[in-house]
Amino acid sequence: MQWKTDTYAGWGRALTATGELARPERSRNITAEGPAIGNRRSYGDAPLNSDGKATDMSRMNRIIGFEDGIVHVEAGVTLGELTRIYAKKGYMPTVMPGTGFATVGGAIGMDVHGKNHHHAGSFGQHVTEITLRTADGDKTITPADDTLWRATIGGLGQTGVILSAKLKLTPISGGQMQVTETRAANWEQHIERLDASTAPYCVGWIDATAKGDAMGRGIIEEAEVTSGDYEAPKGGKKVPLDAPSFALSKPIVKLFNTAYYNRVPAEGRTVNRSFEQFFFPLDKVQDWNKLYGKRGFHQFQCVVPTNQVDALKAMLNAIAESGLASPLAVLKRMGPGRGGMMSFPMEGYTLAVDFPARDAAKDLIKELITLTAAAEGRIYFAKDSMATPAAIAGMYPEQTDWADAVNAADPDLTFATDLTRRLNLRGAK
Amino acid sequence: MNNTWIILGATSAIARAFIRAEAEKGASFILCGRDTDDMAATAADAQARGSTEARVFPIDVRAPETFAPVIEAAKNIVGTINCAVFVGSMPEQSEIDADPSLIDGVVTDSFTGPANLLTQLAPIMELREQGTIVGVGSVAGDRGRLGNYVYGAAKAGFATYLSGLRNRLGRSGVHVLTVKPGPVDTSMTWGMKMPAMTTPEAAVADILKGVEKKRNVIYTAKIWFPIMTVIKLIPEPVFKKLSF
Repeated sequence: MQWKTDTYAGWGRALTATGELARPERSRNITAEGPAIGNRRSYGDAPLNSDGKATDMSRMNRIIGFEDGIVHVEAGVTLGELTRIYAKKGYMPTVMPGTGFATVGGAIGMDVHGKNHHHAGSFGQHVTEITLRTADGDKTITPADDTLWRATIGGLGQTGVILSAKLKLTPISGGQMQVTETRAANWEQHIERLDASTAPYCVGWIDATAKGDAMGRGIIEEAEVTSGDYEAPKGGKKVPLDAPSFALSKPIVKLFNTAYYNRVPAEGRTVNRSFEQFFFPLDKVQDWNKLYGKRGFHQFQCVVPTNQVDALKAMLNAIAESGLASPLAVLKRMGPGRGGMMSFPMEGYTLAVDFPARDAAKDLIKELITLTAAAEGRIYFAKDSMATPAAIAGMYPEQTDWADAVNAADPDLTFATDLTRRLNLRGAK
Repeated sequence: MNNTWIILGATSAIARAFIRAEAEKGASFILCGRDTDDMAATAADAQARGSTEARVFPIDVRAPETFAPVIEAAKNIVGTINCAVFVGSMPEQSEIDADPSLIDGVVTDSFTGPANLLTQLAPIMELREQGTIVGVGSVAGDRGRLGNYVYGAAKAGFATYLSGLRNRLGRSGVHVLTVKPGPVDTSMTWGMKMPAMTTPEAAVADILKGVEKKRNVIYTAKIWFPIMTVIKLIPEPVFKKLSF
């Protein structure tokens, strides 16, 4: 493969790596010399390999087969592209993360979840076959390969370069989403509404700047697929330059969040949205991460068990009091579904909040990670850039088994990343 | 009416973007190149995106005897025949200086190989009195320069061939479009620092607009038209002293 030395970053842009990158265009040119990366939609250092090699799989993006609702794709195909192509044919990806730019390889490596997690489980649970390229050659694995399979799903790319995968798509009866938006005036109402929802898709947008009586206020979106023709989105807008640091300053964020809340009438409303508007609302501004300026940003995402909902409230309270949060935090109910040993989901509630990369925010995120551990929850490696090995100890009960499995599959640590080194994920306990 | 594209060099990144765009309009394909595994994946992808039919033909532009099955298949195509040529090779000029025998390969890949196939295809397309030929050259063919003049000479030869072919086929309603790309972000340019780089998708959008409007010669990215106009105007006594 052709390699070039470059400096690159994850979506949050606060952490960077300098190392060798290849971007093969043909399968035969892909080597197992370093971890695979996709469109780098993970926020922290999961897609980084400082001073080492990484293989950018974004050009390996073809659909290589389709039969009985199961699509066979190269790892660089994005979920947005699959949606665009298959919605017209009556199918959609069963699990969609918040961005359509995520690749299938990345979605497997992070075992991503979507707004239907409480019903449909995680992405990896709908994958039926994966082909890996390793130092020992190509291996095609299925759920029957118990340990290697569960080490690969949510396995942060540590078992090899994912070349291709087969995914079970979901048949759909229409090409639009019917979305019901309701206001929740405070935390209690927000949790109550999320718990009461029976919709296939459900998410809460939370105003993490609201304090006092309004703490936890937000908009609950409940949705289902409805009839109507699928319409492919038009080309998105771009952020031409890094925004100045005041772009997401406190007054502007407060103003935005208030406007977002008031956009939905007090009595709620039901509207039709395109798939892209509902599933990938931020994708229409293609590189919105530039809005945080050159210094970038961090996202904190945790999940806590259902009985720890008060701990989550305490976290949100700390966030609101800090005044550091950015627009549009997300609160969601999670089901138990998870596909691998290191998968993020657990039954409970998940909260995701963006913070500009400033010292005060770093301290707050560290505190939030500690609170998550105390609540027997866990943080999401697709987002994290701040944790330490000690801070995450015990969050992933199968971590040792996973480390044994990936160290057996990759004894030379060829696929290690800045994330796995920072958190010593593959080390002995 | 069925629209078929014969794609020469179907493994190139620009070819792949072109195939995708035309597949979504329902076109059929005859994919030609050396890496049949890779072309099989591209054919499957084209069909997933709406192509009626996508067949793979193993050919080597350096071995004209491998063209025969493609020419036979072309004769049997129902509907409009089109052909797009994306082949070419660009070794470092320094490698060529060290081993002049590489020149033959560059000229065959970028000029005489595709010219051979197009010359065999021309009478078939003339008979149908319709269809389009897209020939991808390069801005490097507009003026010989220090860094890649063998590649440039081959592309210049191909551009002159296409100009003549356009002159001939225009009489029977077959259109010939010459495309002169500047640097495109592909494996060919990976790791090179190059000015005014475009993406395969943007280059294809320009090409398809050129096809639709029956343009004769286009540059992509468009900025290369004024740049090359200026470069072509530099007097040779001055140009020979420049290095860029």
